[in-house]
Amino acid sequence: MRIALQITCLADTLFPAVGTATVTLLERLGHEVVFPAGQTCCGQMHVNTGYRRDALGVVRHHVDVFGAALDDGAEAVVVPSGSCAGSVRHQHADVARRAGDAALAARAAAVAESTFELSELLVDVLGVTDVGAVYPHRVTYHPTCHSLRMLRVGDKPLRLLRAVRGIDLRELPAADECCGFGGTFAVKNAATSTAMLADKMRHVLSTGAEVCTAGDASCLMHIGGGLTRLRVGTRTVHLAEILASTGAAQGAGTGSAHGASSSRPTGVDR
Amino acid sequence: MSAVDLGMPGRRPPTAPAGVGGLQGATGFPAAAGVALGNAQLRANLGRATATIRAKRADVVAEVDDWEELRLAGEAIKRATMADLGTHLERLETEVTARGGVVHWARDAVEANAIVVDLARRAGAREVVKVKSMATQETGLNDALADAGIPAVETDLAELIVQLSGDTPSHILVPAIHRNRAEIREIFAAHMPGAPADLTDDPRHLAMAARAYLRRQFLAAGFAVSGANFAVAETGTLTVVESEGNGRMCLTLPRTLVTVMGIEKVVPSWTDLEVFLQLLPRSSTGERMNPYTSMWTGTHPGDGPAEFHLVLLDNGRTAVLADPDGRDALHCIRCSACLNVCPVYERTGGHAYGSVYPGPIGAVLSPQLTGIDGDGVNDTLPYASSLCGACFDACPVRIDIPRMLVHLRGEHVEARERSHRVPSAEAASMAAAAWVMADPRRFAAAQRASRLGRLLARGRDRLPRLPLPRPLSGWTAARDVPTPPPQTFREWWAGEHEASRGRPLRGPRDGAQDGGSAHGPGTRS
Repeated sequence: MRIALQITCLADTLFPAVGTATVTLLERLGHEVVFPAGQTCCGQMHVNTGYRRDALGVVRHHVDVFGAALDDGAEAVVVPSGSCAGSVRHQHADVARRAGDAALAARAAAVAESTFELSELLVDVLGVTDVGAVYPHRVTYHPTCHSLRMLRVGDKPLRLLRAVRGIDLRELPAADECCGFGGTFAVKNAATSTAMLADKMRHVLSTGAEVCTAGDASCLMHIGGGLTRLRVGTRTVHLAEILASTGAAQGAGTGSAHGASSSRPTGVDR
Repeated sequence: MSAVDLGMPGRRPPTAPAGVGGLQGATGFPAAAGVALGNAQLRANLGRATATIRAKRADVVAEVDDWEELRLAGEAIKRATMADLGTHLERLETEVTARGGVVHWARDAVEANAIVVDLARRAGAREVVKVKSMATQETGLNDALADAGIPAVETDLAELIVQLSGDTPSHILVPAIHRNRAEIREIFAAHMPGAPADLTDDPRHLAMAARAYLRRQFLAAGFAVSGANFAVAETGTLTVVESEGNGRMCLTLPRTLVTVMGIEKVVPSWTDLEVFLQLLPRSSTGERMNPYTSMWTGTHPGDGPAEFHLVLLDNGRTAVLADPDGRDALHCIRCSACLNVCPVYERTGGHAYGSVYPGPIGAVLSPQLTGIDGDGVNDTLPYASSLCGACFDACPVRIDIPRMLVHLRGEHVEARERSHRVPSAEAASMAAAAWVMADPRRFAAAQRASRLGRLLARGRDRLPRLPLPRPLSGWTAARDVPTPPPQTFREWWAGEHEASRGRPLRGPRDGAQDGGSAHGPGTRS
């Protein structure tokens, strides 16, 4: 299948390993990945902070770029993020409709129909749960709010993780509670957000996991930013990176896009 | 979106008047929340209470096979009722009047309070007993009665605790949820007339003390004020659901009963009521059925109050109804399930919201009732959420609170634009970001600029703590900022991945690693 990658502005800029892992994984499964070079951002930050007029241009650009990719032979769009997939599926057409642009709303709805979060694409579209990954680490999984309650991915990410060889998967207490990120919520209501983060970190640490994983780089940036501040040594690794991993040699050092204590952070020049 | 007949085409209905009642606090949410978060006793009390009630609710909801169908039915009934609210209210008025009641229409809190004060004066009431009522908390009726020299006694146990301590409610259902029993003992001992000298903090002992005090009030009272959970239009029947029996006392013993009810509480028929009486108790107290459900219709000689008045309160509700993206907030049946599951409410408590309607539903209802003008205290409420969505899942009538919060943020941003000539720093940066994000060349240039952060990192994968301006300092107070990588994803794709295409093994690699799963542009240098 030819799959267009929506990398998300955050992963593109700060966590490129999420993208390379998604490419590695899908190519290993025999699929062709294309990267529409015109893409920038889905506009979720604008929508969720109340800037709907500003969002309109960003949404239009996204729909233009991915509409063209789908016209050009891509059969699906994959997003390694629950909240960006959620924005495409649940907000884009609304933003267009509100602005009175019915044609854009229709095109946005068509793009949304072909857009899938990574675990949805793997389990629902490609029909795999065992992706052939090896990851010999103690891991706990945080289900992000938008993947859980906007997209309803359910236990798909966990089914994928359970099939990973060598993994020691630990259940996260109060898993479905928000980590406190919430986009601009984390700066507008930083104190409340921090109180939520503190409880999330407490639960992550109680599992004894060395790695906290999730399907959203944004929530991981939040949790990881708190964990490294505490110097606790538990790091955050995106779900795509674990699923892309095929051996211990890479396993120890791969998931460091967010991580603190990795021996070989990908973000640092050798 | 269905059409709603507001009966006044082209005119924006008025919002609730400022300076009266309990819809707005003195400070915005972030500052008020900051104070609450520092209160360890409050955090402990709330954490325990919300965890308990969440678990109870989850258990009893799981027992009902058709819970989702009931939620859909509740949503559909509310939507249909709101679409023709005027008709149902007029029917209610006709039926109440036909059965001996008197209906009063109150445009706002000021009018509602004046109506009740006038009725109390005419009845010669020296004191008023009250059934727990959100509508009269909203209007600030107790203050209006006090100003007229008529004290009001709250008879719901939690409302009594709040009233005796000169406090304000912090929860819709459990207004004293922020208090523990040791604190309650102190409040009773200090402020409740006739409290036993040997009062302990044993829950039964506390309840018995309150009971003895309240019983004297019930027997002496000639004038009662209640709210209503529902009003059935087809028979003019009012309904109060409660747990303690104090409501039943107030509704039956006094000579005069006045019910103050928001206009959105009307349901067309008894068949509709059946749905809500299944949804409400399980969602609110986590009980299969609440202990007392009182229903009354007009007056009956020799049985119950001789006089019954119904005050129908607008106070901004018609303004809420006028907004197709906000009007579902009127579907709320005041169960509090969204408060109990909200991670923000659980940590800040209800006072941080400033309104008698706290939590997620308060964050969408209060600012709509008072109006969003760009600078108001309640304009901060739609931002008091991480948009986690737990409230929607818990809501028995499926109010899409997260979507409404986002809508109201948009209303706030646009109201601010209208009332200020100079855009805020936030608005300016959002506009700049939108300009950058609408073009991939500009976006790539901005990404390259962000890499300047690497200079600060000096080889570490986290940036040092920077003296950032507010609000960004809120992030760095508790969280590190990652160092931008040497290469963005799109640079990696355009360079090495494209170049390697067509080779038998795809993906980035170098000699240091065996093939297949290396990650990260950083390792490609």
